[in-house]
Amino acid sequence: MNPDRPTMDAERRPLGKSPLDKHDIAARIARDIPHGAFVNLGIGQPTLVADHLSADSGVVLHTENGMLNMGPAAQGDAIDPDLTNAGKIPVTELPGAAYFHHADSFAMMRGGHLDVCVLGAFQVSADGDLANWHTGAPDAIPAVGGAMDLAIGAKKVFVMMTLFTKTGAPKLVPQCTYPLTGTGCVDRVYTDLAVFDLTPQGVVVRETFGATIDDLAGRLDLPLLPA
Amino acid sequence: MTVKLCAHADEAVAGIKDGSTVLVGGFGMAGMPVELIDALIRQGATDLTVVSNNAGNGDTGLAALLAKGRVRKVVCSFPRQSDSYVFDGLYRAGRIELEVVPQGSLAERMRAAGAGIGAFFCPTGAGTLLAEGKETRVIDGRTYVLEYPIRGDVALIGAHRADRMGNLVYRKTARNFGPVMATAATTVIAQVREVVDTGVLDPESVVTPSIYVDRVVQEATA
Repeated sequence: MNPDRPTMDAERRPLGKSPLDKHDIAARIARDIPHGAFVNLGIGQPTLVADHLSADSGVVLHTENGMLNMGPAAQGDAIDPDLTNAGKIPVTELPGAAYFHHADSFAMMRGGHLDVCVLGAFQVSADGDLANWHTGAPDAIPAVGGAMDLAIGAKKVFVMMTLFTKTGAPKLVPQCTYPLTGTGCVDRVYTDLAVFDLTPQGVVVRETFGATIDDLAGRLDLPLLPA
Repeated sequence: MTVKLCAHADEAVAGIKDGSTVLVGGFGMAGMPVELIDALIRQGATDLTVVSNNAGNGDTGLAALLAKGRVRKVVCSFPRQSDSYVFDGLYRAGRIELEVVPQGSLAERMRAAGAGIGAFFCPTGAGTLLAEGKETRVIDGRTYVLEYPIRGDVALIGAHRADRMGNLVYRKTARNFGPVMATAATTVIAQVREVVDTGVLDPESVVTPSIYVDRVVQEATA
């Protein structure tokens, strides 16, 4: 947004009360997905992006357990135990769907054939490192699934997350403190308060929602550049 | 070797030795060869290394094998799930080893085993905990991790149909790891919903050719 916009008093206007909920963020991401793109939506909130893709978007959804042109979640009689998404939720197939085995599915990913993937995150660093698989807590059972393959494989990696944790800690950080999923792999971060491009020049604020760049700069420990 | 058509899952899993590495197909319950796993529990082999995407769900299938204490080590991409309490309990009690492998690397390491590849450089996981201690190489400016094949003594897979020669077809996303695991183990055992006469399957649509398959059993509950 306009960097010359007057700044708000951070005391009177606490951040974290965003006008955007997860459905709004999903809709915002859906608008940026190019027509006809091959897209993988990560487990959890990124799945919501599918609800906001228009019927004529031409977007083909990939699910890493081995399918292209996945349809919406299956209901009632359409539930088929042989047809699930990566979150093991029953789904449907659209005309033009294709099935393939796991090695092919991940070769497709690693080989740079997917245009976009959308992933959740614990933390993203200014230079595009992603942490989304493991908290590193001593009693945590590590589980990675396809997160590392997706992070380094898709042509564009979008992250969907809140900008702050529930306790107010920034999730866009100078350096990740959680174990990494991939290095230098994130292109753009969609949050409830702003959209950021991670560029070689630095973190560029593309758009803000109910906050100014100065508001955000006061809460994040990294320099922000206007778009 | 021609395929052996087994009348019962117990016959299909006969001879699996203690200490074997067992590749187990399926992604969640889709493609999970539950009857073969139940037969393996009855068969009694122990000290097993199990390679599978997950580490069991609920109390059946792989979770039941784990609960019997037959598994020494699990190699998988995603052990922790809402219903993986059997594995979680064993792991927290220090009674099972875990090797976490990124899902694509898990598939590719088995593909490499089946394709005679000695090792391969893979970008997945570079710069992360899962690459610690592994050899890396920079190729065209990108860092790759050296990954070695995963070979099974036995593969237990689920498929949709087999013909009497052992050609297999799968159904929808239940295909998942089956075709790769079928290439990567010394003895490949397939549980199918239906065995059809040779010549019935369209050769153009066969996914796992019979050369990879050693034993086939039709599901009792099919």
